[in-house]
Amino acid sequence: MTTLLHQLRFEQRIFWRSREAAVFIFIFPLLLYALLGSVYGDEIGGVPAVDVLLVGLFGYGAATTAFGGLAIMLVIRREAGILKRLRSTPLPAHVYLLAVLLSTLTTFALQSVALLALGGFGFDASMPANWLGFAGAIVLGVASFAGLGFGAAALIRSSEGVSAVVNVVILPMAFLSGSFGPTSDFPAVLQALADVLPLSYFIDIVNGVYLDGESLFADPAALAIVIAWGVAGLAVALRRFGWMPRER
Amino acid sequence: MPSAIVVSELRKSYGQVEALRRVSFEVAAGEVFGLLGPNGAGKTTTVEILEGYRARDGGEAMVLGHDPGAAPAELRERIGVVLQQSELSPLLSVRETHAMFAGYYADPRDVDEVIELVGLDEKRDARVKSLSGGQKRRLDLGVALVGNPELVFLDEPTTGFDPAARRAAWDMIRALRALGTTILLTTHYLDEAQQLADRVAVLRDGEIVRIGTPAELIGDSGVTEIRFRRNGELVRVETTDPTRALNELTTEALADGRMLEQLEVHRPTLEDVYLELVGEDAGGDE
Repeated sequence: MTTLLHQLRFEQRIFWRSREAAVFIFIFPLLLYALLGSVYGDEIGGVPAVDVLLVGLFGYGAATTAFGGLAIMLVIRREAGILKRLRSTPLPAHVYLLAVLLSTLTTFALQSVALLALGGFGFDASMPANWLGFAGAIVLGVASFAGLGFGAAALIRSSEGVSAVVNVVILPMAFLSGSFGPTSDFPAVLQALADVLPLSYFIDIVNGVYLDGESLFADPAALAIVIAWGVAGLAVALRRFGWMPRER
Repeated sequence: MPSAIVVSELRKSYGQVEALRRVSFEVAAGEVFGLLGPNGAGKTTTVEILEGYRARDGGEAMVLGHDPGAAPAELRERIGVVLQQSELSPLLSVRETHAMFAGYYADPRDVDEVIELVGLDEKRDARVKSLSGGQKRRLDLGVALVGNPELVFLDEPTTGFDPAARRAAWDMIRALRALGTTILLTTHYLDEAQQLADRVAVLRDGEIVRIGTPAELIGDSGVTEIRFRRNGELVRVETTDPTRALNELTTEALADGRMLEQLEVHRPTLEDVYLELVGEDAGGDE
């Protein structure tokens, strides 16, 4: 437990000192919300646009922070030999990975607070109708997308390519899943594609707890799909993830 | 004293390539043991098996009484590792890096003491990314020492150092030895092995071709070379009995009223022995 907190503290310190990570992961969703919130009209499907966009950007933030941030960090650390070095110390692997996961959760929780503040004060958006459900959704999002992040880190070989690969996945997924605005006018093919991706279901869940005050478990099918994606990512990681650099 | 490392008949293949063929050696507690050999001889493979990174294909290995293949946390508590190539988080300071690693051990050394030992006191608060190559290598060593290990693995610790930095590193390793730490060192620098190691094993193509103290290795060869010039032309005489050979040469020269111009008598250096052992193309190029 002491070691876990020790590592968590250092993980957070490293994260906030990394300008690229802080901008790409933390600031970017806020920036997008500010931009989109100023552009979209009053309502989307009878709901204030600033509310719909806020929910969508929680989804985008979860994907960027947990999936993107984690995959990039782990690949870079693995290829630099940082993970290999850690394996020679008594720090248990599960403590390290848990610390990394909790650090990601901390970052996303802070980002959520920042998004709420920006929405509430800047755009007069509503606050979560079900606070507890919303907090649960944040944990769910981080856990599921972190599972996918671990899986992606296991599959991506090079630290030069990892940023590009991750963004090629996240940006279209967020676009199709409605992070940046409504998708009801999209062609059926694209909507069908969104129906397989975890982000659209995660946004549905956030939508339910945030806007409609539903329980986190109101849509068991959506919940199951989001969890299944996370578990699938974790399964890939368990089979393929290594601590040694791949490229040398 | 019990042995810190016992290796017998160690075997390892990568696909068709046999990286290690029945390598056996022992390292006594408190000893500095050098694994010497050209690139690709199997030094790093041997060390990485002992560090618990790689599985062996056959043979036995014991490190501080543990099987490194199982890599128990108790073993990792007692060893320190300097890898050939590895980085540390560039965004932490020297002190923070040491403190982070110290937190992994039950009984770590004092962080500031270690920083002083590796000579980074002036860089204590500098970010890792701002350090020079040599300073980063010292940081690697500091991080390996912060857990207060009984046994330290140093995989080519001075590769790429300038001469001054190498001497400083040697002094650090000697200081470590004086503290009673067992050290397994790989190197392709002969002078490094000669300067630091109590005993040396020479590896070639995954086999140990010679093992002993540097003096023993040189003594093994037993050939002394006598050189002088006759009418400006270099004459070389190789002998296993230099006393008699010199006596004959000087007696002959005195009888003829000649001088043995530029007379030199050479005991073989470890380098001569090494080159003889590993073959022509193995001058430790890199």
